[in-house]
Amino acid sequence: MADTINLKVKRQDSPEGGSRWEEFTVPYRKGENVLTCLMDVQKNPVTADGKSTTPVVWEANCLEEVCGACSMVINGRVRQGCTALVDKLEQPITVQPMTKFPVIRDLMVDRSRMFESLKRVHAWIDIDGTYDLGPGPRVAPGIQDERYVLSTCMTCGCCLEACPQVNSRSSFIGAAALNQVRLFNEHPSGELHKDIRLEAIMGEGGIADCGNAQNCVKVCPKNIPLTDSIARLYRETTWYGLFSWLKK
Amino acid sequence: MAKADIRISVIGGGLAGLMATIKIAELGHKVDLFSLVPVRRSHSVCAQGGINGAVNTKGEGDSPVVHFDDTIYGGDFLANQAPVKAMCEMAPAIIYMFDRMGVPFSRTPEGLIDFRRFGGTKHHRTAFAGASTGQQLLYALDEQVRRFEVQGIVTKYEWWEFLSAVLDGNQVCRGLTAMNLRTLEVKAFPADAIVIATGGVGSIFGKSTNSVICTGSAQSALYQQGVKYANGEFIQVHPTAIPGEDKLRLMSESARGEGGRVWVPKNKGDERDPKSIAETERWYFLEEKYPAYGNLVPRDIATREIFQICLDGFGIGGGNMVYLDLTHIPAETLNRKLGAILEIYEKFAGDDPRHTPMRIFPGMHYTMGGVWVDYNQMSNIPGIFAVGECDYSIHGANRLGANSLLSCIYAGIVAGPAAVKYAQGSARGETLNGLHEAEVNRQTSINEKLKNQRGGENAYKLHDEMGKFMTDHVTVIRYNKKLEETDAKLQELIERFAGVDINETVYWATQALPHARQLYNMLLLARAITLGALNRNESRGAHYKPDFPGRDDEQFLKTTIATHSPEGPEFSYEAVDISQIKPRARKYDVVMGN
Repeated sequence: MADTINLKVKRQDSPEGGSRWEEFTVPYRKGENVLTCLMDVQKNPVTADGKSTTPVVWEANCLEEVCGACSMVINGRVRQGCTALVDKLEQPITVQPMTKFPVIRDLMVDRSRMFESLKRVHAWIDIDGTYDLGPGPRVAPGIQDERYVLSTCMTCGCCLEACPQVNSRSSFIGAAALNQVRLFNEHPSGELHKDIRLEAIMGEGGIADCGNAQNCVKVCPKNIPLTDSIARLYRETTWYGLFSWLKK
Repeated sequence: MAKADIRISVIGGGLAGLMATIKIAELGHKVDLFSLVPVRRSHSVCAQGGINGAVNTKGEGDSPVVHFDDTIYGGDFLANQAPVKAMCEMAPAIIYMFDRMGVPFSRTPEGLIDFRRFGGTKHHRTAFAGASTGQQLLYALDEQVRRFEVQGIVTKYEWWEFLSAVLDGNQVCRGLTAMNLRTLEVKAFPADAIVIATGGVGSIFGKSTNSVICTGSAQSALYQQGVKYANGEFIQVHPTAIPGEDKLRLMSESARGEGGRVWVPKNKGDERDPKSIAETERWYFLEEKYPAYGNLVPRDIATREIFQICLDGFGIGGGNMVYLDLTHIPAETLNRKLGAILEIYEKFAGDDPRHTPMRIFPGMHYTMGGVWVDYNQMSNIPGIFAVGECDYSIHGANRLGANSLLSCIYAGIVAGPAAVKYAQGSARGETLNGLHEAEVNRQTSINEKLKNQRGGENAYKLHDEMGKFMTDHVTVIRYNKKLEETDAKLQELIERFAGVDINETVYWATQALPHARQLYNMLLLARAITLGALNRNESRGAHYKPDFPGRDDEQFLKTTIATHSPEGPEFSYEAVDISQIKPRARKYDVVMGN
């Protein structure tokens, strides 16, 4: 491995502005990741051909793949920048922002629609209050194991980026929010408000918009069984649709 | 409907800030919640191992009294005892609250919450959700706050950075100023009380286990405005981190709680594959020296032992790493109980810890010191409250594992209602004569100065220099001469800061200008930390001076308080509440009853 790394970064100064590619040559260190390359650019914001430029803007917090902030498209694949180890990437390493969210600047995008979706699908347990009401319901270890994996979703947006049904002409909420419906509906207290969540995903942009491309599950950094969650919700919404119609 | 009478702002959306927010919202009052990032991405997500509470479902005779004693003893008697006792008593109810919120705590076959062991105790007291407990607890509170957001009681200001408190002529808080991190707009937000929940100061040490947003900038801004900063010199260095180029990634204490063993080859410089090193050729130095606690001695002790072993040349291949070995535990058990952290190791180090011992070294981890607060979590400036890692209470000279999540929640539960009560009694509605506008102007002029400043210094490089000095001289082992040199270096960096060019021509969503502001604040707070350490000529908890190896209760059983002055930090001291548990020698190498 050479002692420098070649990096191509897609830059964009503002949400409205056009984009451009800039190339950088940064020092190589064993075990480093794409974000450490970007940090080197901060310390010396000069392109490979010697022009000064501005430091690259990106989102990152934890650097250990648990906060979900640093999603970006690296060598054509959406993933977390912190776990994109340079030793395992072909050069030049191309880094660009996710395409399914509005760009704010450079690699930083606006994922607020994902948090809005959490409101829409009622992604919480309706507790009576935070005062002491004793323990919650008992949970079988098997159910806990299943829910635990679902609950590691870090709202990173990779599943939306990879989904062909998420685009400028559709309002599909995507796999992340659907997975939250399963997470809460499988909890003994969450189940008490199951219908609210099922109804929330039966309208426009809901579960019916899933095209079963199965890209989401392939790119999920946490290996959440997203397609299982969607399949299960498919059955439940179908039953719910039938029964609620019969009740009328 | 929210009551319109008072207005409270919470700054920081980690566990402590969200808990305070929920408590205020439950009382029916509006909250403005400020955060650098979407609150769901706050640093609390990084907590791995669990949350302590003496629920005693393992028939071990555990109780809040034992938890209280473990915490005070673990903190080397520097914590005021009343709030620690209250926290330990509240702990089981806090765990149950999260249980009701749907946190997927690991379960026993009977469906009860399971508990694991952690450092500094002999009891199974730590509830856990796999090995990403902080993430799960944070999400639970984030979800409850979202409920209040939908109801219009909580207003989130995400992507806003706290800049300063707005203080009136009597040094009473009347609100805050914050900066929109996209437009750089500086705005004042009037408030009857503010709750600071801005976490630790890892970034001051360059590389740490903290998230990059943990700069301590907010605490420093308040310190510069007159808030007292207490016990700053107490910095926890976690014994087991994965060294990296950008950060030191935590390898949770739960790895040892589940049976992980720390060892080095008995032969110095042995570079063989660890799996081929026979049991008789391994030195389990923690187990040998601390038979009662073994690998689960408190963090300060484990850290010093690992550090010293490496200084003595026993590190792997003679370098700065030791083995943390889980390979004797069945892979299925490891996946179930530690899956998330093993994946982190695998992703960053490339080896599978189920089959190869991990290579680890200590890394800066936790800020025991912080904003001085009273038992209602209020600072010395009326109307400014502080909660969580940014406040100094609870952990004394060393924090026990799995007490941090607990202390965040406890502080939020106390501060929420206390802030409401304070705000209701405060003088509202009087003319403030352009107080807020003046503070906005002061903050805006700092931005303008940074935009126009030219010179040869790069803020990120200065940050590196600060981090290196602080890590080398103000972490595990401290010498007065080195501390003096560090303070001189910090003063030099403060001078050089005037020559910083932020290299920015586009100000929309720039990170360079906020970083430069943070750096300046970090430098000033770093001085308070360093000089606090210089002045404390003893060894206690995480603060260790080889030249003063013993704990000196006569001179130093007291809280360090730094107060800002233009000439640098000024120090005073305050007595510690030891009314319930009398200080005793802290020795984990002999078997002791509680």
